[in-house]
Amino acid sequence: MSNYRIQGATGDWEVVLGLEVHAQVVSNAKLFSGASTEFGAEPNAQVSLVDAAMPGMLPTINAECIRQAVRTGLALGAQINKFSVFDRKNYFYADLPQGYQISQFKHPIVGEGTVTLDMGDGKTKDVGVERIHLEQDAGKSMHDQHPQLTYVDLNRSGVALMEIVSKPDMRSPEEAGAYLTKLRTILRYIGTCDGNMEQGSMRADVNVSVRKPGDPLGTRCEIKNVNSIRFVRQAIEYEAQRQVDILEEGGVIDQETRLFDPSKGETRSMRSKEEAHDYRYFPDPDLLPVEFDDAFIEAARESLPELPDDKKARFVEELGVSDYNASVLVGEKESCDYFEDLLSALAEKTGKPAQKLAAKASNWVMGDLFGALNKASKTVNESPVSAKQGADLLALVEDGTISGRIAKDVFEIMFETGKDAEVIVEEKGLKQVSDTGEIEKIIDEVIAANPAQLEQYRAGKDKLIGFFVGQVMKATGGKANPGMVNQLLKPKLDG
Amino acid sequence: MTDLTKLTIADARDLLKKGDITSRELTEAHIEAVEAADALNAYIAKTPEMALEMADKADAKIKAGEQTGMTGIPVGIKDLFATKGVHTQACSHILDGFKPEYESTVSQKLWDDGAVMLGKLNMDEFAMGSSNETSYYGPVKNPWRRGDTDTVPGGSSGGSVASVAGFAAMGATASDTGGSIRQPASFTGTFGFKPTYGRCSRYGMVAFASSLDQAGTITRTVRDGAIMMESIAGFDAKDSTSVDLPVPNFEAALTGDIRGMKIGIPQEYHLAGMPGEIEALWHQGIEWMKAAGAEIVDINLPHTKYALPTYYIVAPAEASSNLARYDGVRYGLRETVQGGGLVDMYEATRAAGFGDEVKRRIMIGTYVLSAGYYDAYYLKAQKVRQLIANDFKRAFEKVDAILTPTAPSAAFAPGEKSDDPIAMYLNDVFTVPASLAGLPGSSVPAGLDANGLPLGLQILGKPWDEETVFKVSGVMEEAANFTAKPAEWWR
Repeated sequence: MSNYRIQGATGDWEVVLGLEVHAQVVSNAKLFSGASTEFGAEPNAQVSLVDAAMPGMLPTINAECIRQAVRTGLALGAQINKFSVFDRKNYFYADLPQGYQISQFKHPIVGEGTVTLDMGDGKTKDVGVERIHLEQDAGKSMHDQHPQLTYVDLNRSGVALMEIVSKPDMRSPEEAGAYLTKLRTILRYIGTCDGNMEQGSMRADVNVSVRKPGDPLGTRCEIKNVNSIRFVRQAIEYEAQRQVDILEEGGVIDQETRLFDPSKGETRSMRSKEEAHDYRYFPDPDLLPVEFDDAFIEAARESLPELPDDKKARFVEELGVSDYNASVLVGEKESCDYFEDLLSALAEKTGKPAQKLAAKASNWVMGDLFGALNKASKTVNESPVSAKQGADLLALVEDGTISGRIAKDVFEIMFETGKDAEVIVEEKGLKQVSDTGEIEKIIDEVIAANPAQLEQYRAGKDKLIGFFVGQVMKATGGKANPGMVNQLLKPKLDG
Repeated sequence: MTDLTKLTIADARDLLKKGDITSRELTEAHIEAVEAADALNAYIAKTPEMALEMADKADAKIKAGEQTGMTGIPVGIKDLFATKGVHTQACSHILDGFKPEYESTVSQKLWDDGAVMLGKLNMDEFAMGSSNETSYYGPVKNPWRRGDTDTVPGGSSGGSVASVAGFAAMGATASDTGGSIRQPASFTGTFGFKPTYGRCSRYGMVAFASSLDQAGTITRTVRDGAIMMESIAGFDAKDSTSVDLPVPNFEAALTGDIRGMKIGIPQEYHLAGMPGEIEALWHQGIEWMKAAGAEIVDINLPHTKYALPTYYIVAPAEASSNLARYDGVRYGLRETVQGGGLVDMYEATRAAGFGDEVKRRIMIGTYVLSAGYYDAYYLKAQKVRQLIANDFKRAFEKVDAILTPTAPSAAFAPGEKSDDPIAMYLNDVFTVPASLAGLPGSSVPAGLDANGLPLGLQILGKPWDEETVFKVSGVMEEAANFTAKPAEWWR
């Protein structure tokens, strides 16, 4: 249980949260028409006759969208409904050409499931998913293009959305944020939604109510269309406090729909319960119920990649990656892909089993690579050093060609120039010296040049071995194999 | 040749094949007939140039040996079907000026077969009406008159039947939601055919009630109906409710042999207060069937009395939603209010754009779908609809076809029922049950009433068994020997 409480004059208040996430489905075409779904086209360039609701036009279901919804349901361990129905949700708006949205009301395609949140320190929390249904997105009204008129862009009209409805299982802004983060990660892994909240391909309606711990649920307000995880947290904090303030003053919460204003950090009323639409849902007579068999579900299941939770467990248990590293890497699909590509290339190059390499490789990705990317404000996808190149670099360390220290210098150059590690090592003559004879020769020279230190060493100050190692490394420009230096130096110093 | 407009499609097809006539000659004769029939107000848009172009193409096709049943045949298209670049407004003011960029599947199939378009045909606004008095383009007149008195052609396919009965088209497309093909066919002595729901694509048909709307044909003979239906029927991936079944050779079903066939007579269709002439004609029909060797079986369709109220919940509910797209935003009429906003535009546009009957049905439909009423009306109506379908299913275990009157009266005079919606709705009492069950049905001209007005008999078949409906219709046509023609007062 979350300990998040709002302190009021009358005692502590608990926040109860449920999220309705609208996730744009990654698909070849819109839910009921063949029009493209790509983001960023000229206004009204991706509108079919069906999307514009021309007279006599009929929707036909895009099977790919059905498959994606089923895959999503499977990834959330949810019940898949082999029979579902598209309904019409009737209301008028300028960017809703049909005068109704085709959605699913009584018979959604996906039933109950679960999202497991990582709450840090290996702790988890399960949030229930009530249902997932498919529906059409509306177009976009643009009120800022003309002093009197509103312009309408129908590119988005008819694009498939999954509405993923959670149970009221969250109790703090952090949990709501973690839920969205986790959901986004899962959807991106399985490729059913790109999770791009800035472009609006993932948006959340947040249901907020407050109560004294142990009391029945309070009256909720729904905050519509919040488009970032940060805003979701902010909106909840503001809204919960607003409700507490009202209740503490003896007021009642009006069930209503509210909007979050990010610039002011506050929510304001959009419409009251009395103004709420009567959507007059009824089954869309233009569409038959959606029915599929177990084989369809199994094919969808087989198409799923390893899911984030399974992947994390494997990293930790089989590969020996630390829990923290595994969590971070799995959290972003791109990071994880990079790590896995790097690890497999490294294993292939060195001929060593991945288990032996994974911990080191994860440290390198999390430390050297992420550090450099952070400094350069780049994402993993923009990394100038590819996973293959990174693997080549680590392989050079692994086989003793260069030392770990030199590897850091080489990486810096790689990051700046994009060159391969081998090339840099060759060009700059950074190859580690592992030739016994050559190292012995340098050791002899160093001992000869430092008689005073040798005497002290032999007098019992054996810590001075570090001084001699340093001198040998310096003399070789850091290229001497440190293990060999240690091994060869001691007998010589000891005489 | 004598008057080419008096030919049947089948005759014209044979003459075209033999090279005795050309489609151009046939089309020119019909263009003249269309012009001469202005008094019927059947056409609300004429396309003579297109027609001649299409006729020439058809002649080339025939020459190339690629003639099919409808090649070169001039037809009219109900205004409900989208025709590319041509007036498509479902005879509503709200679609003012609308010319689509696309073609309905049904009309496209006709053009693919080489048929010739004469123009767009008048209808009740959005197919809502039984007398063609709700059209924004004014009422259609029935070629058949009661003495000197005008009569209505029935509806909603009033333009379709008037053009065909008035020899201003050899055939016409029509659509049937609750009887809009069969009732007007009965009123005008034409053959109306409505196939099984899902047999024809609804793509490009302006929607009234999606779960009921079905395209069909108006022709002067049963054979012509079979030829034209074969052209327009067939699966279409663009309509999820169209069904992927092969289209039979309907004309081949016209064997004239119904010996041993079982014809059902539903006892519930004996309505109290129905004109004696209708009862008598029905009885006559039964005798004809017997004489042709069919066996007559009394059947029961116990939920018949609920059909009309059920229909007037389901159809308006769907219509209220289907017509929401006419909002003044993207096409058609737009009425704005000085200083007003979006809602004002909606209200002004829809107030000006829709006629009274359409408004009435939108209001009924909105009401029955509203929160708190949905279960009591819409949901219950859907259940009753299933019971009605079950009635037919059970009956068809015992019989091959069902014979009933098409309409409870002959054509009436304009204005006679337009102030009384219930009286108007009763026109469809015999046709609505089969619509709710999605069954194929026809209306065959079978006789005249005391005023010399045509009366039709309805033949219903099992789902996807259009062939039996055609077969029985053919036998009925031959037995009835309906040769009466309207006096050509409009020419």
